[in-house]
Amino acid sequence: MFLTIDLAFIIEKLILIVVVVSASLVIAMYATFAERKVAAILQDRRGPNRAGPFGLLQPLADGIKLFFKEEIIPNFSSKALFILGPALAMLTAVMTSAVIPWGDKVHFFGRDISLQIADINIGILYVFGVVSLGVYGIMIGSWASNNKFSLLGGLRAASQIISYELAMGISLIALLMITGSLSLKEMVLQQQAGHWNIIYQPLGFLIFLICAFAECNRTPFDLPEAENELIGGYHTEYSSMKLGFYLFSEYINMFISSVIMATLFFGGYDMPFVNEASFSPNMAALIGIAALMGKVVMFLFFFMWVRWTIPRFRYDQLMHLGWRILIPLALFNMLATGGVILYFHK
Amino acid sequence: MQALTNRVKAVDRKPMSLLERMYLPGIIKGMMITFSHIFKKKPTINYPEQKRPFSPVFRGLQILNRDEEGRENCTACGLCAVACPAEAITMEAAERQAGEEHLYREEKYAAKYEINMLRCIFCGLCEEACPKDAIYLSETFTPADYQRKQFIYDKNDLLIPHPKENPEAYSKALGNRPKKESVN
Repeated sequence: MFLTIDLAFIIEKLILIVVVVSASLVIAMYATFAERKVAAILQDRRGPNRAGPFGLLQPLADGIKLFFKEEIIPNFSSKALFILGPALAMLTAVMTSAVIPWGDKVHFFGRDISLQIADINIGILYVFGVVSLGVYGIMIGSWASNNKFSLLGGLRAASQIISYELAMGISLIALLMITGSLSLKEMVLQQQAGHWNIIYQPLGFLIFLICAFAECNRTPFDLPEAENELIGGYHTEYSSMKLGFYLFSEYINMFISSVIMATLFFGGYDMPFVNEASFSPNMAALIGIAALMGKVVMFLFFFMWVRWTIPRFRYDQLMHLGWRILIPLALFNMLATGGVILYFHK
Repeated sequence: MQALTNRVKAVDRKPMSLLERMYLPGIIKGMMITFSHIFKKKPTINYPEQKRPFSPVFRGLQILNRDEEGRENCTACGLCAVACPAEAITMEAAERQAGEEHLYREEKYAAKYEINMLRCIFCGLCEEACPKDAIYLSETFTPADYQRKQFIYDKNDLLIPHPKENPEAYSKALGNRPKKESVN
């Protein structure tokens, strides 16, 4: 036998994958609920409160409703692509969670189990690659709909992603110059030992944050689905759970980008003012997960808070902001960071 | 040009300052405003659980009244039907037979009494016209049904519960009706 397969390793990773994917699905589900609640509270309303205590079963009811809706595939659409669109959107949304370190490690059955599905050395590049693929779901879906409103939505999504991906990447380069590593785990370990990256990269974080809003198609950058000009944007022709997949993938994307921002700039699973080494490894991992989730919840609230405060950009304003403000700012940030690093020989 | 009123406000058309053009301070200001709304009192009333108090002159669905012994007040005089501007009320009179004294207060009673709730405009003129305090407008409202014909309420729907046989439902139906000590 030349190839020894560590069966326990495979099982361990399989369980981790199932847990992470289902957890991100559940969180996305409740993010829809939280969105409605936050919107209601910010507007002096009550929000959903009929299904279950405090309306907690509302996302379940919504899901059931979506499943029972009539499934419509328009005659004039290209069917294979029409189905591929939401599937791809969902797939790429879920795939991103693979490289995120959810915690340090737990100790079970005499094994150290890392709470990260894959600690690849180009983690952040993988995230970028998959997130960029995510727009294909929108583009394919909008193209397959064969509807001018959908197509306009898809066009907007594509050009928006291109414009903001650039600034996002450049702002990240400045961060990578400091960390010197592309592995997300490595970045968290560095931040755990030293300071959070937000201290070194406030401008970079701001640019990254704005671009993350644009990548998630969230208000004020939700032009692809601007309902008052494009009906439903790219998902105009979609119904039933295919529409559900599109809406859902938006929330998963939001969750994932919250996790990424927390990991890159806010120390990931590092709990501030607590020395993790003083706890047992399992306890420390639990604290780590809780810390990460706390940060994520804060970011999610921020996403929603912004959505219910700021109106949508005009299209030319969006392009102006992306190309003529954020990219020069990101370049400046990169050069300044490089200069400082060079000067102090850090 | 001379201003026509003293409420004229000059529009500021100065070019935006750097701070304004940076856009972020404006966003932060706006977000603080929305954040402050988290702590504001919500004006919404949780309807089926909570109800807004009615004014004492609220006019809801009609109720046919009984006296303290549970006898129907209505004598089928038809004044309410005459007063009704929407012509929603129809009735048929009948003579009280011997042995029915515990059912009807006077010698004549309404054998059939119908109000078409889709015609009714809840003006309360029937209540004003009634000399026997036999009909009044309650605080019940929002009737709902699947068929239009169900909205023609007959005596079963309109009569107040019997005060002796079903005192609980009677007092509930009576509500906090303020006026009228019984007119005889």
